[in-house]
Amino acid sequence: MDINSLLFYVFASIAVLSAGFIAVTKKIIYAAFALMATFLSIAAIYIFASADFIAITQIMVYVGGILILIVFGVMLTSRLSGKAVLSGNSNGFWGWLCGTGIFILLLFVIESIDFLGISWMKDSTSHQVQDTTTQTLGYGLMSNYLLVFEIVAILLLVALIGAVVLAGIKINSPKQHTNDPH
Amino acid sequence: MIPIEHFLYIGAALFALGIVIIITKKNAIMVLMGIELLLNAANINLVAFSRHDPSIQGQFFALFVIVVAAAEASVALAIVLRVYDHFRTAELNKIKDLQE
Repeated sequence: MDINSLLFYVFASIAVLSAGFIAVTKKIIYAAFALMATFLSIAAIYIFASADFIAITQIMVYVGGILILIVFGVMLTSRLSGKAVLSGNSNGFWGWLCGTGIFILLLFVIESIDFLGISWMKDSTSHQVQDTTTQTLGYGLMSNYLLVFEIVAILLLVALIGAVVLAGIKINSPKQHTNDPH
Repeated sequence: MIPIEHFLYIGAALFALGIVIIITKKNAIMVLMGIELLLNAANINLVAFSRHDPSIQGQFFALFVIVVAAAEASVALAIVLRVYDHFRTAELNKIKDLQE
């Protein structure tokens, strides 16, 4: 086993183990940091699939953006009283049953496919692996995928405005003043 | 060269764990983490298959999935903050009313 595949399996086991840690832990902050480990090792897995641009995007958007957002969410939705922020579990049995069921189903499906028999995948083994995918992605985004690119830009704008409106503006309904909910 | 099945196994494991997290956790933010795991598991499959494709369509799709995930996370967290403002809790099984 050469060093490349060894590293791949190390990152794969980090990803799966830290995802499993999220499933068993009760502390939300620990879960957020385990999620960071998962995201980083998924970025490494992307590199092993020769998708360098996606790997960098994964680190910038997930680790640098979404994870920070989640940590802010944890901070804002817990009364900071010095004790750990906990999340209880419910439906433990049915949740794990569902998860293992889906996992076994997916394993059977993956095992049943003969990947070497698929023609376009067999042809591709003769292709030279590209040095970098950034150029192809850049040309594609400005030509074939231009419409999707613009729609995604509008989607981001809508999400930005929507998030600000939802979280920022206080609605002064008279009910909120008269009776405190809890 | 790592066989494609191994990428798919990782994707399957992360997807199953994401499902487990979504079902078992009580806190809304933990459920959001599970959703992010599901999106990442799907992305691994897309990227793994695009390795065999010189036009890398899978990577374009993965890129757009990442963007949509970012938009989803921001709006979902805004909703969670709003719910916390109103109910003083982010525990999903204590939020029973749609309207106060």
